[in-house]
Amino acid sequence: MTHEILLAGFGGQGVLFAGMLLCNFALTEQKNVSWLPSYGPAMRGGTCNCSVCIDDNPIGSPMVLKPDVLFVMNQPSYDKFISSVKPGGVAFVNSTLVEKSSKCRDDITIHYIEGSKLAAENNLAGMANTIMVGKFLKETNIVNPENSRNAILMSVGEAKTHLIEPNMKAIDIGRNN
Amino acid sequence: MTEKSLMKGNEALAEAAIRAGCKCFFAYPITPQNEIAAYMAKRMPKVGGVFLQAESEIGAINMVYGCAGTGTRCMTSSSSPGMSLKTEGISYIAGADLPCVIVSIQRGGPGLGGIQPAQSDYYQSTKAPGHGDFKMLVFAPDSVQEMADLVAKAFELSDNYRMPALIIADGLLGQMMEPVSFADIKETNATVEKNWKADGHGSKRKKNIINSLYLEAEKLDAKVRERFERYKEIENKHTQVECYETDDAEILLVAYGSTARIAKSAVRRAREQGIKAGILRPITLWPFPKNEICEAAKNAEKVLVVEMSMGQMVDDVKLALNCRIPVEFYGRTGGVVPDPADVLSEIKKIKGV
Repeated sequence: MTHEILLAGFGGQGVLFAGMLLCNFALTEQKNVSWLPSYGPAMRGGTCNCSVCIDDNPIGSPMVLKPDVLFVMNQPSYDKFISSVKPGGVAFVNSTLVEKSSKCRDDITIHYIEGSKLAAENNLAGMANTIMVGKFLKETNIVNPENSRNAILMSVGEAKTHLIEPNMKAIDIGRNN
Repeated sequence: MTEKSLMKGNEALAEAAIRAGCKCFFAYPITPQNEIAAYMAKRMPKVGGVFLQAESEIGAINMVYGCAGTGTRCMTSSSSPGMSLKTEGISYIAGADLPCVIVSIQRGGPGLGGIQPAQSDYYQSTKAPGHGDFKMLVFAPDSVQEMADLVAKAFELSDNYRMPALIIADGLLGQMMEPVSFADIKETNATVEKNWKADGHGSKRKKNIINSLYLEAEKLDAKVRERFERYKEIENKHTQVECYETDDAEILLVAYGSTARIAKSAVRRAREQGIKAGILRPITLWPFPKNEICEAAKNAEKVLVVEMSMGQMVDDVKLALNCRIPVEFYGRTGGVVPDPADVLSEIKKIKGV
């Protein structure tokens, strides 16, 4: 089974981290993964995105142009990428920063979550990304949510273990909303 | 932690180089290879090695020249415009028969070009890496794991044959993360003793001189011929390819590096639609896999070469096949990465379906 995921937002919203977190969930299950960031001018003040592939077989092209799953954290990313989602695909939308009335698609499933608002209310500034990953764990069965702690540890690294608990909390908030 | 961890291609290459015995690294910054230098700056001091940011690419390659002369494993890395600056030094290193590893993470050109992935330095890498009659070993990885594996192999063969080795990748491979394992990467000793090195011996032996100047025409001719004998042995022993679905392929694709992954995705989709496509991926660009391409094309009606350039490797594929069957080309330039769907359309077009 092949899953092509595209994550997009402003630089600083943790789009690249969220992509890496998804990869580490899949890596824990011994799946093949690839993570490809936009680099260059895009990450120096503009919108930022990354392609994540999760596959039981070796991955060919790591570029995701037509995602099965889209994460969008801000309005410009929504406007740019919502039309690229494959029919029957899923989108996770940070509705704090994206208007719900924005051009809608009826051939995909859209999950709205107030990522930025929930992060601010729960003293988890900057963790809207992980909250959205929690929502993804709730609504799809692409990766096993039981591996959350390990995937977070692999993503933050041994030197930043103090970030494990806040990220675990953010995952729980996402899974309960 | 699982045995494999996520790493960027550039970082994996740097870690593997250190594990393969690289003691000194000299470079000058340029996108999209900066993660190599950043990693070396962090790690080299911890393992007793040297990281030095030179004043220019020319400075860096000449530091490699000097360091290689002492028999120390050393490396430099750059991207397309920087590689052009290094060519003079590379020629001197080849002329002095010194081993070293050079890394080129290609970007769009000519001139300053762009910073997105490209493969427009194939000619430069395989045909004209500097003036004079010489070759470099040229390895083209297609994954983060191969970025690590091939750098270790490059150090080993470079030492054994006393010649520079090049790893040629692109921005996509350098920037992407994939799981990588270093379990199989260790320092291998050269099979031949480095009795040529100029490393300071306190007058205990006859002095060694590292030089590329031969003013007597016959001596230079003999030297060049001796080098080409070595090249012949390498062509026989160290050509490397990956074949995917080539046995019954009617349309044979040939692509290297990240483009090979995109072409492989297109081949899978073609097979799903009943088109007998296959792909041969050269892992060594020099030595070029001439015999392997002929073998893989034995049932092919047509060959399609895919590159992120206007068509450079395609010349070598035509030469390998001696124009026995038609060789078509599809390419994008300037940092545009081809879409597997576009490659599939090309396959269908030349198959006539």
